[in-house]
Amino acid sequence: MIEKDLIIIGGGPAGLCAAKTAMEANAKVLIIERSQKLGGQLVKQTHKFFGSEKTYAKTRGFDIAKRLIDDVTNYSNLLEIMTDATVVALYPNHELTVYQYGVYSKYKAKAIIVATGASEKFLAFENNDLPGIYGAGAVQTLMNLYGVLPGQSIVMVGSGNIGLIVSYQLMQAGVNVKALVEAAPKIGGYLVHASKLRRLGVPILTSTTIKKAIGNETLEQVEIVSLNEKWELISGTEKLIDVDALCISVGLSPLHQLLSMAKVEMKFVNELGGMVPVITEEHETSTKNLFVCGDVVGIEEASSAMVEGYLVGLTAAKRLGFLHPNYDQIKQNYHDQLTNLRSGPFGLKTRIGLAKLQGEDYAR
Amino acid sequence: MRIEKHPILTFETKEELSFIFDGKPLIGYKGDTIQSALHACGIKKLSESIEHHRPRGFYCAIGNCASCDMTVNGKPNVRTCITMLEEGMIVESQKGKGIL
Repeated sequence: MIEKDLIIIGGGPAGLCAAKTAMEANAKVLIIERSQKLGGQLVKQTHKFFGSEKTYAKTRGFDIAKRLIDDVTNYSNLLEIMTDATVVALYPNHELTVYQYGVYSKYKAKAIIVATGASEKFLAFENNDLPGIYGAGAVQTLMNLYGVLPGQSIVMVGSGNIGLIVSYQLMQAGVNVKALVEAAPKIGGYLVHASKLRRLGVPILTSTTIKKAIGNETLEQVEIVSLNEKWELISGTEKLIDVDALCISVGLSPLHQLLSMAKVEMKFVNELGGMVPVITEEHETSTKNLFVCGDVVGIEEASSAMVEGYLVGLTAAKRLGFLHPNYDQIKQNYHDQLTNLRSGPFGLKTRIGLAKLQGEDYAR
Repeated sequence: MRIEKHPILTFETKEELSFIFDGKPLIGYKGDTIQSALHACGIKKLSESIEHHRPRGFYCAIGNCASCDMTVNGKPNVRTCITMLEEGMIVESQKGKGIL
């Protein structure tokens, strides 16, 4: 059993930011990251972010990742990083099992921050398992990390910000985006992203979904169909589109499995993306000294994940006896930033979700 | 197919790695995962589903979904989307659950 002070599971934006403030307070941190590199999904984001300047708006995602990684590696005397290491078990007594390079090891921490992020949702339709059908994140990974095209022509499903942005990235990489279909009657993401696609001539078809995928061994065609106001298929409106790739961008759900395994109190909140841990205002779960931040406690933007991380890092460090020199001031500041990021119409879903999770006070 | 020109990203020419897929010699680049190298060679079908033998490709590309599991150097159930390609690797479509 290897004993540590603070273990952070996940080296994406939330986990890195939590590490930063915890180390500013002088706490020792171990970050355990499943992939080979830190940075989470930011490393494949080629677009410039929105949000606030404090969370690096106007900066490209992969550049934000670099800055967050630099921020933590500055604290080399307090920081330990394990990459290529998967936490495969989390127990209620703050113990965990890590799998790295073919070896399983047990760790125990005084405090744990779970920042595992989210996984992509899937969509039910006939032949949805044909090779050539990919998640939007997978398409970004393939294109933006490895420089490989997912196909020559593609249909995108889902008009949230990810669907819109990845469609644009596909065009930038030279892929023909034949259509973007959205089951809802209106576009889900920011209109500024949708307009860019429209200007490039990509048809955005609302009240439309995928009926089936067609292909022998790999995808060759998709059949799309219109939906009525009750979301029922309108027969006779089917159309076939020739494509060699289909990209599914229908939302994310929190990667809650470790928390469920540790038997913390969980709740299903649709607005937050699925199963999420019940938390206190300080982002502590029903298990003492087990904290959460980022998409694992509700799907939002990377900006909110960062601020939640900063906040939780402070709290966890304080719990271990390391008080940040400007604790009260910066804590308030982060709270204000979160409120700000969640204000406005695009924060409504999160506000409703948090209200359901937490009671009205917290959402306000 | 690899991206030739990109307005934001640059992909430098990298060292070539040779590997074998189902008996066929193929070339990937250093820095590729097994899956990205196969995809660049136009190979999308990686394995078959266990019961119904339906073709399987990758889906999530970050090691979550297990759709890209293949047999690599004789070891089954390797997540090829997060396993880096190495010179001389023997990659095979996996049929069935695999035996260690």
